[in-house]
Amino acid sequence: MIGPASRPRLAPKVRFRFDKRSGKHMLLYPERGLELTAQAARIAELCAEQLTVAAMVERLVSEHPGVPHARIEADVLTFLRQLDDRGLLAETGT
Amino acid sequence: MTAASTIGAPRPYTLVAELTYRCPLSCAYCSNPLELARHASELDTATWQRVLGEAESLGILQVNLTGGEPLVRDDLEALVVTARAHDLYTNLITSGIPFDRARLGRLRAAGLDSLQLSVQDTDAQGSAWISGRDCLDAKLEVAAAARAVGLPLTLNVVLHRGNIARVPAFIALAERLGAERLELANTQYLGWALVNRDALLPTQAALSEARTVADAARERLRGKIEILFVRPDYYADRPRACMEGWARRYVVVTPDGQALPCHQATSINGLRFENVKDRSLAEIWNASEAFTAFRGDDWMPAPCRTCDEREIDFGGCRCQAFALLGDAAATDPACSLSPRHDVIEAARLRATDVRAERPLQLRRFRLES
Ligand code: SF4
Ligand code: SF4
Repeated sequence: MIGPASRPRLAPKVRFRFDKRSGKHMLLYPERGLELTAQAARIAELCAEQLTVAAMVERLVSEHPGVPHARIEADVLTFLRQLDDRGLLAETGT
Repeated sequence: MTAASTIGAPRPYTLVAELTYRCPLSCAYCSNPLELARHASELDTATWQRVLGEAESLGILQVNLTGGEPLVRDDLEALVVTARAHDLYTNLITSGIPFDRARLGRLRAAGLDSLQLSVQDTDAQGSAWISGRDCLDAKLEVAAAARAVGLPLTLNVVLHRGNIARVPAFIALAERLGAERLELANTQYLGWALVNRDALLPTQAALSEARTVADAARERLRGKIEILFVRPDYYADRPRACMEGWARRYVVVTPDGQALPCHQATSINGLRFENVKDRSLAEIWNASEAFTAFRGDDWMPAPCRTCDEREIDFGGCRCQAFALLGDAAATDPACSLSPRHDVIEAARLRATDVRAERPLQLRRFRLES
């Protein structure tokens, strides 16, 4: 299961793109798609940088001064675990 | 009232581009239309490219390039380039035959996002039994080549009585081939598969066994392989949500340019279809007779009309209602609330009757290309 030490990246079948019509980012994969909130889109973007989850959380904390660390960490883990459940993440070794 | 019928047409997500009816195989469960002659003239490259552009404008996000066998079209690379230029997630759905290693590399370079390879059986004899040809070795080669050029691979398996016991072997094959996705879809009993239903429908016991195996593998392979199991609605209380609702998410364009809400829709007598050669995809999607006929819930009969589940399964499959009951606007008989559910129950009983003979008819009109 995805934890703070994991280095999640999007599985090769997943394409991250912006959708003009809805004004949202999306993850597209065979036969399906997910519309992302702005926060989720930022996390998906960070997946391209080969960071650990802990490092992602640090980055987001610095981008959102005032939001508690624990809250951001919980949100990141929840989102990444949802992606993982759908088979949309490939984890690289820690 | 559904959102669809109050605020106009919903946004389609997927274009199914059936590029050709030509196919070197002749699978007994194939649901392509049975009359080939009508489809003699395929759309040319420029027309498909226009359709891909119109699809993007309509809000479509994915295109499935399929057939028949799309590899028999020599403009496939050009179509992939256009699809990507329109930012469409591009899936190639293929039997992998005729196989050409260099071509897979070119398709990947052109921007192909995913390859869905159909595998008939894990066993050469079984594969020949169902498709009239033993092509398992060729499939293995295609899968290896796809991985070598970095193409994400889905194995598409159509399950039936003859191969359902090999679900564990299909899972092992997907692992060995490095597939990212395994789709185990039970045959949909329409078209040719309906003719062969008594030979193809598995027993309830075989089905639940397969499902248990698939569920366990899904847990074990989570994060490595996404495993989908599509049940046959013959063994469920509710019909499947056909295409996620008639004319709600999908547009199918046939090789000669007819736009359909579902690839079986031409089996429904009396529905009129428009052609992309005469009208834009948007006009057809928004207002044509075939697309509006069963969109939303105004068309629904009892018991669907007042059913709480009508936003979940949309009343089931129109083509199945037509094929089994002769009325495309009836509740899908696969639903246990349908007054005609007995036709499904009878088929189920025949499937468990061990004395029944089950000859299988292969389709014969196919062109060897
Ligand atoms: S109407 Fe039936 S055949 Fe057509 S898409 Fe729906 S489920 Fe498939
Ligand atoms: S009655 Fe109609 S809407 Fe209700 S579950 Fe059955 S098919 Fe679906």
